[in-house]
Amino acid sequence: MNYNLKHLQELEAEAIYVLREVYAQFQNPVILFSGGKDSIVVTHLARKAFHPAKIPFPLMHIDTGHNFPETIDFRDNLIDSIGAKLLVGSVQESINNGRVQEEKGINASRNALQTTTLLDAIEGYNIDAAIGGARRDEEKARAKERFFSHRDDFGQWDPKNQRPELWNIFNGRHSMGEHFRVFPISNWTEMDVWQYILAENIAIPSLYIAHQRDVIWRNNTWIPVSEHIELREGEKVENKQIRFRTLGDITITGGIESDADTLEKIVEEVAAARQTERGNRADDKRSETSMEDRKRQGYF
Amino acid sequence: MSSNSYLDMELLRFTTAGSVDDGKSTLIGRLLFDSKSIFEDQLEAVAKTSDRKGLDHVELALLTDGLRDEREQGITIDVAYRYFATPKRKFIIADTPGHIQYTRNMVTGASTANLALILVDVRNGVIEQTCRHSFIASLLQIPHIVVCINKMDLVDYSEEAYNKVVDEFKEFSAKLDVKDVRFVPISALHGDNVVNESEHTPWYKGGTLLNTLETIHIGSDHNHIDCRFPVQTVIRPHSDEYHDYRGYAGRIAGGIYKKGDEVTVLPSGFQTKIKSIDTLDGEIEEAFAPMSVTMTLEDDIDVSRGDMIVRTNNQPEVAQDVEFMMCWLNNNPPRDRAKYIVRHTSNEARAMIKEVNYKMDINTLHRIEDDKTLKMNDIARVKIRTTNPLFFDSYRRNRMTGSLILIDEATNETVAAGMIID
Repeated sequence: MNYNLKHLQELEAEAIYVLREVYAQFQNPVILFSGGKDSIVVTHLARKAFHPAKIPFPLMHIDTGHNFPETIDFRDNLIDSIGAKLLVGSVQESINNGRVQEEKGINASRNALQTTTLLDAIEGYNIDAAIGGARRDEEKARAKERFFSHRDDFGQWDPKNQRPELWNIFNGRHSMGEHFRVFPISNWTEMDVWQYILAENIAIPSLYIAHQRDVIWRNNTWIPVSEHIELREGEKVENKQIRFRTLGDITITGGIESDADTLEKIVEEVAAARQTERGNRADDKRSETSMEDRKRQGYF
Repeated sequence: MSSNSYLDMELLRFTTAGSVDDGKSTLIGRLLFDSKSIFEDQLEAVAKTSDRKGLDHVELALLTDGLRDEREQGITIDVAYRYFATPKRKFIIADTPGHIQYTRNMVTGASTANLALILVDVRNGVIEQTCRHSFIASLLQIPHIVVCINKMDLVDYSEEAYNKVVDEFKEFSAKLDVKDVRFVPISALHGDNVVNESEHTPWYKGGTLLNTLETIHIGSDHNHIDCRFPVQTVIRPHSDEYHDYRGYAGRIAGGIYKKGDEVTVLPSGFQTKIKSIDTLDGEIEEAFAPMSVTMTLEDDIDVSRGDMIVRTNNQPEVAQDVEFMMCWLNNNPPRDRAKYIVRHTSNEARAMIKEVNYKMDINTLHRIEDDKTLKMNDIARVKIRTTNPLFFDSYRRNRMTGSLILIDEATNETVAAGMIID
């Protein structure tokens, strides 16, 4: 008998440990659920962590209103099948209430508006721990993120003044009004996530699998045609076989041309990829530190 | 996860420490670049920045830039985690700054590492900061150390210069508690012996740095002898199917547990047997560190978070007086007779620092006995008294059951890290 864990088993054990710490240390945690593969994996890990009991926290979706219909169907089916409670924070409502203003201009998106909706929902539901699927390999500011990441009572992240995090001892103590963001799959890479989805046979939205779709070429990526997008001069609708490497707001999430129509082929494609997965996200292209800036304000 | 997974890779976590000019960022950039772990868009961004800085080459060190302040000041502020994989292993790098004021970050990065990468400039040999990094690696009981003797290009790849540094390091490290030390002559800038073998060092017969990282034996880094299962939480489904189910969830901190094992629950001392070890994928026959599992017990006894399930014939120390090496992590020094919260495994108690035995001068390894005031980044041997007993092993024996942190009750900040001494 070999008493060594393989890398995915070790990452899985670490994530389960973190999820159980959240349950033990907080009163009112939620899983931030976007319908993307990372939050799906976190939800799967939460099932493992508390089996045979149900996941002891609700799932919370920050809804930009600009969704892929497939994402919403997938979300609702998953909620049903695991018997979890769903909370929704709506960006449209934040706009209607005057909490935020819709961006104007050619590259307008609702991405940044989500921060206000998210922080309002955290405060409104009295949430003290918001569990997310962010990974440290995604982006340079995220590389410095803790598993248990403290947010002050304005929801802000202070990267220069983070609590030291040693061994696997996590300190989730906080004052009233403060909360934590917790990232159980901090140490996973995009490849690990896909390998795990394959090994565990986890259901994912069909958007990740290569399919035919009407798209336009914008900002060096294939943007899906939807009711939320207006054609600009010179843009034309084409039908391509594409898939998405990340899922977000439908107006800014670009697809790649791909013939990876099975999980096995996706793993191969990810292994051969020469671009980062967030390379197709307009929200990260605004400046060199756009993720850091958004994170400081309270973004995911 | 199915055990016949085709993914047959181990995970190696290593830490790197260095200061501004020793080439640490260049080395990490080189390792990522030559192992083809850099994506085109990342490289393009770095090429653009290099160009803007007026450089005639792509500065690989820029690949590890993080926060805005770091980019502007050219320094590393906090631990950054980086990832790469080869067909043999997955790697997690805890990239830590090396300045003395960042000892706490080095300690943080070292706490989860299997291996420490220590960089030495061949022209300078073993200097104060080499001592500091090595001491921290030994204090945190990192099982393996790889000393990269860098900038070999600047001494014409001289074997003599290399050997001199190797001898210096060996002489100094004899005073430390380190088991496995290896040396590699490299030039991070030119890539010699990092991923690819160098043509310039025919006298060097060891492997490249990457080869060492890929092949070093890490199978025995976990304690598989002393069974320690700290209970994180109790799982009670209250469903029809699992009406009376009481599962004890946790991550195994040491040893191998099997169904039917005779165990004792601490602190109550109740003895019972393991009824089952459960996972979502079904019951398993045995479980070992560092697996996360759920156990059920034969007898219905009271077990809660902070308790520890151990093998009856091999028990940890149970005490309220605990002595450890402490690294102070906070700007505010410890207050006289102040109380702190101690977190140890899943257990929590209140504690008071009773005594500071001595402070360490981490550059010379001398003990300082006349000045016992503690500031941020100081390392000292201390004794605490806790309100209820901890169940622990020495840190040398088990890094999970031998480590603890102190939390300030007033600010909730993590103010100290401790490595328990037997």
